[in-house]
Amino acid sequence: MLPRIALFIPCFVDQLCPQVGVDMARVLRRIGCDIHFPEDQTCCGQPAFNSGYWSEARDVAQRFLRVFDNTECVVGPSGSCVTMVRKFYPELLGADAAALSKFYEFSEFLTTVAKIDELGAVFPHKVTLHDSCHALRELGISAGPRNLLQKVQGLELIEMNHADECCGFGGTFAIKFGMISAAMGETKSQNALATGAEFVTSIDPSCLMHLDGVLRKQQSPLKTIHLASILATGEQQ
Amino acid sequence: MNAASEFLRRSIDKSADLTHRSIIRKNIDHYDAAVLRGRARFADWEAARERCAAIKHEAIENLDQLLIEFERKILARGGQVFWAENSEEARDYIANLASDRGVKRVVKSKSMVTEEIHLTPALEKLGCEVIETDLGEYIVQLRNEPPYHIVTPAMHLTRVQIAELFREKLEGVTSDEPTELVAAARRKLRAAFFSAEMGISGANFLVADAGLVAISTNEGNGRLCTTLPKIHVVVTGIEKVIPRMRDLGILWPTLAAAGTGQSVTTYNTLISGPRTAEEIDGPEEFHIVLVDNGRSELLADLEQRDALRCIRCGACLNACPVYRNIGGHTYATTYQGPIGSVLTPHFRGHEFDHLSYASSLCGNCTSVCPVKIDLHHHLLQNRRNSVQAGDHPRLERIGFHLWRWMMMSSSRFSRLARLGKIASRLGKAVGLDPLKPWTAYRASPDLPKQSFRDLWRNGRV
Repeated sequence: MLPRIALFIPCFVDQLCPQVGVDMARVLRRIGCDIHFPEDQTCCGQPAFNSGYWSEARDVAQRFLRVFDNTECVVGPSGSCVTMVRKFYPELLGADAAALSKFYEFSEFLTTVAKIDELGAVFPHKVTLHDSCHALRELGISAGPRNLLQKVQGLELIEMNHADECCGFGGTFAIKFGMISAAMGETKSQNALATGAEFVTSIDPSCLMHLDGVLRKQQSPLKTIHLASILATGEQQ
Repeated sequence: MNAASEFLRRSIDKSADLTHRSIIRKNIDHYDAAVLRGRARFADWEAARERCAAIKHEAIENLDQLLIEFERKILARGGQVFWAENSEEARDYIANLASDRGVKRVVKSKSMVTEEIHLTPALEKLGCEVIETDLGEYIVQLRNEPPYHIVTPAMHLTRVQIAELFREKLEGVTSDEPTELVAAARRKLRAAFFSAEMGISGANFLVADAGLVAISTNEGNGRLCTTLPKIHVVVTGIEKVIPRMRDLGILWPTLAAAGTGQSVTTYNTLISGPRTAEEIDGPEEFHIVLVDNGRSELLADLEQRDALRCIRCGACLNACPVYRNIGGHTYATTYQGPIGSVLTPHFRGHEFDHLSYASSLCGNCTSVCPVKIDLHHHLLQNRRNSVQAGDHPRLERIGFHLWRWMMMSSSRFSRLARLGKIASRLGKAVGLDPLKPWTAYRASPDLPKQSFRDLWRNGRV
């Protein structure tokens, strides 16, 4: 029996790439989950936390937890935002880490809670996966997304060199140090492009937003796509 | 211009320098492959990291007692120990010693602490000739540059560039052949070893229970520096002390694996003090300068005290995607890369807070650190400390204040985000780009008309 799921739609997904949220919801429904969206949610607080404004971050983080107070299981399509809640709230708020274990990154929920990797998705393309830093190093997510991709019909997963190297996003870092961020993005894009893949995918929409900007600036043929959008394929829409 | 804007300017230049990018990438790829082999020699690399972290943790927790134990042993063998509160005290002690003993020539084995305290210029002011004897250090000295990297000071140079430098500065160089280049440097350095009156070295470890100084080098220059001149001065940070001789059994191979991928550094030397009556060689005088220079303040910071565990292996620099793009000189600090960004604000003040922001917080540094320093979390804490210190721009402070106000209400958030998107479209239509900081380096994003919550409300999810 799958738990009832509250959707955690990070603020920038809500405003800038809502389709990622829609696709995640579609996959969760497909495997039989009952989902709801606590509409009062805003942001997890990470932008202020990462910028050193912990007092501002604390208020927003406490509010975030209140919004999800009466939920059993929370799933979000961003390794970074889930990291903020699960790994940094204990430091920021002194929150009990055990109470935060109900927050899951989307691929992590599929592979460790729902334990489903066969989703009936069809995506006949060559794809390479970018490991996002927070998901990989803070949450330890690496094999899960790969297993999910390998089960997608028609999809050929090609590993890039240095898949675990940062894409250069880093939140406000991408603005404060735009040129360094772009240089890191260029290195990442070259590694991704060298695989011959048509798509670079990730479980973090923020990495993809940055990479998409870098790739389109270079007029690269490589496109970005969130894992949820690949997994949502294969059904009548 | 202040340190932060200088840093920004240099980082923009360097990140766009594709030649630099490819040299560093090539050298670090080489290093990465060696380290993978190096770690594979351990039955359990993670256990080795745990053990080293535990040893250094114990050392830092008992720093006062271990240093006194170490000092006692050194004094008993006729060595001298000087406790330097800051750079100036350390420099003055060594400079006075040099002028007192009529020293004309000094040979140095690689030491980052001597860079930290700006020792070489102080000795040169006295009229001493100071010669770096580590090959990489010698190369950057010939170029009049500071070390580019704490372990590989000349990482930014190609063999061709080094050959050009040597042809200009040394005799007998006709080709780019490494053997010929090394031979030319060797001729020069040998003469220096035999004529110098003072040898200066750093220390990798100070062994408390045995009262020994441990030095690791790959070229044997450390041994020559510490045995041939009649005076040997060790300059070291107080955090280098370790409790026991047997700790070296794990620290030596772990340092080598993380630093260069070697199973153990080529020359590992243990030094006990000045030459004794029965010994045929070694220095007549032996001095140890224990440098504090901000380390005690860091020791008092319970949150970041673990940064004193650092064994200066350089692994976090190599692992850092920011370092790989901006290079060592851009930092303009003694210690570059993640460990430098953590330490420098503690050693040199809030003027260096910008370094903690020049990170995407990817955490690769923390995952490679052989003594498990929580590097990227310390960068976050430094950012918090920086904001608390209150020297951030007013506009930024107001910005985050407004951000909080917006995020404390979902309807405010939705309305303001919609307004922002409209403003952005309008701006673009009249040739202004409010997203300039983003679009300067990236194509502009397609902003969707409807948010997720709009779609949800309209039953389109």
